[in-house]
Amino acid sequence: MDELIMMAHGSGGKKMHELIRNLFVKYFRNPFLESGGDAAVVPPEPGHIAFTTDSYVVDPLFFPGGDIGKLAVSGTINDLAVSGAAPRYISAGFIIEEGFPVKDLESVVRSMAGTAKQAGVQIVAGDTKVVNKGKCDRLFVNTSGVGIISEKHTHIATADHVKAGDQVIISGYVGDHGMAVLSQREGFPVKTGLKSDCTPLNDLIGKVLERFDHVHFMRDPTRGGVATALCELAEGRQFGVLIKEPAIPVREEVMGLSEMFGFDPLYVPCEGRVLIVADQSVSQGILHTLHGHPDGENAAVIGEITTGNWGKVVLETIAGGRRIIHMLTGEQLPRIC
Amino acid sequence: MKYISEYRDRQVIDRLAGQIASFRDTKAVFMEVCGTHTMSIHRFDIPSLLPAGLRLLSGPGCPVCVTPVGYMDHAIALARQGKHIIATFGDLVRVPGSTSTLEKARAEGADVRTVYSITEALELARTHPGRKVIFLAIGFETTAPATAAGVLQAQKEQLRNFCILSAHKVMPPALEMLASEGVKIDGYLCPGHVSVITGEEIYRFIPRKYGVGCVIAGFEPADILLAILLLLKQVTDGKPRVENAYKRAVRKEGNPKAREMMESVFRPVDTEWRGLGMVKKSGLVLREEFASMDAAGQIRVMVEPPVEPQGCICGQILKGIAAPSDCPLFGKMCHPGNPVGACMVSSEGTCQNAFKFQSDG
Repeated sequence: MDELIMMAHGSGGKKMHELIRNLFVKYFRNPFLESGGDAAVVPPEPGHIAFTTDSYVVDPLFFPGGDIGKLAVSGTINDLAVSGAAPRYISAGFIIEEGFPVKDLESVVRSMAGTAKQAGVQIVAGDTKVVNKGKCDRLFVNTSGVGIISEKHTHIATADHVKAGDQVIISGYVGDHGMAVLSQREGFPVKTGLKSDCTPLNDLIGKVLERFDHVHFMRDPTRGGVATALCELAEGRQFGVLIKEPAIPVREEVMGLSEMFGFDPLYVPCEGRVLIVADQSVSQGILHTLHGHPDGENAAVIGEITTGNWGKVVLETIAGGRRIIHMLTGEQLPRIC
Repeated sequence: MKYISEYRDRQVIDRLAGQIASFRDTKAVFMEVCGTHTMSIHRFDIPSLLPAGLRLLSGPGCPVCVTPVGYMDHAIALARQGKHIIATFGDLVRVPGSTSTLEKARAEGADVRTVYSITEALELARTHPGRKVIFLAIGFETTAPATAAGVLQAQKEQLRNFCILSAHKVMPPALEMLASEGVKIDGYLCPGHVSVITGEEIYRFIPRKYGVGCVIAGFEPADILLAILLLLKQVTDGKPRVENAYKRAVRKEGNPKAREMMESVFRPVDTEWRGLGMVKKSGLVLREEFASMDAAGQIRVMVEPPVEPQGCICGQILKGIAAPSDCPLFGKMCHPGNPVGACMVSSEGTCQNAFKFQSDG
């Protein structure tokens, strides 16, 4: 194969077919993709269909704990999983800058295949476009995904069952992904040992849903972090959210970097964490289940749903004061996912 | 975490808050003059821990906020010339000039780069020898020594394409102006970072001349509460003086080496502060021997006449005579997503903090 991606790789001609055969089909390998049709044709299943899409422009493409490929597959799987769906099929679209090294593309594709396999999801459709040098930054990836939701879990995405007294749980440390990516940027003055938390969560979430009814809401706190995810939950609702700062798990390194550069870990994106709102009667059981899974070892109850403060998220600070948390405004960290 | 968690210890905080609560009959107004204090006070909701008679005001302590609109216009005009690289701290990018921002100039094609320190700006100059790199040098005694070190380094390396546009300021003349103009303050929470460089000496004239106490404070909740407690004691004793409640970082004599470096590179001039107007000997510009690195003197550019934003009362807020909620624009036309005045742009600004960290109390 060529060493660098050229315009011809996106032309629809021979080079493009070579790339598809030697790279995408080789790694993604499954009968739906290999049938070579314009659309993947998959068998029907009982339940509701969940469908989602997301584009990834993370910079740098490779970072400790992951890369744009792992991120793109995990991100779409997680959007399905937190909606209560079992993820099934994913499509992958690549926008590649002319001159991008083929071996880097191969690393990304290999990582996507590995992540999909780990999560039990198949990549069944794809697309490749190449743009002139300087018209995009190396590589952008889009993934869409389809999953199946059983009837009893359709309320999770809408949050309609959330009520006062429910407990708010986070499945692990907050802010690792954002800070790990940021600290890899060219020119960033501090070196850290931080790793991104980026990972598919469908196994973890599946275990929770299998064992417990009364999970009322889930969300992966990606862009805008935990603060924004909770604000979105509370907005326009007849309940409030109270979270307690000392209960929120934040790594020392993330805290230190945040202090140094003026970030608030509550707004820093995670890519392998889930916020769960569940009935008080099952919250300890869920916590126990999370603690027994490698992706949930550091899970904690961080707050609760309140009768007062409709539509608002209130933080009880470590000093004992209480302040209102707002959605992220502007960009705290550009191109982190 | 060492040096953070100890000062966020709930028991220590509760004990200090308890001692402060015993001053429930004391009426006092304390002003903090450091953006990081503003942030901490709001972020931890310190006011909710204080008795009703005690008010905390934010003074002109956020360097971005006190930077006059004319400086932004100058920086934007330089950016628009197209050929230079503007190296700036992130906060300045969205500060409105009279008719534009650096962010808009960048979207129109100007080369505006965000840096964390002057070291990165120097690196830009090394790697782009054919272009001028203009570092937007702002900040108080905390950052001025770093700029001075950068300028000396550029001189040593003969980096002829490196220059700065200085808006550096020093704090004492502004404190004096506020005290002398009769803004009613019973004590200053003095800026910890600035004091690391300046030491305690620079505040002595304030209790002596104006009878207002000064306590140098750190930035964690326990630090701030301790400083408030010391100020309250000074008020009830009737003995205003300079005290240091941030001894783990601030030495009595400060950092003489940093000051020497600063003085060798900069000279004091009268300069404009947004909100305060001209403040004598409060600005820092490059000395004659570094004139070749002074963007203001070296690069000819047409700068539009400065226009303050209509209806914005940042000026009064910076002086402590108005609160963000007094501004007709606050939270309506002016919010962090669409800042009208500098106090809403900066993460250290009084308005942004009042908006972001609204108390539930």
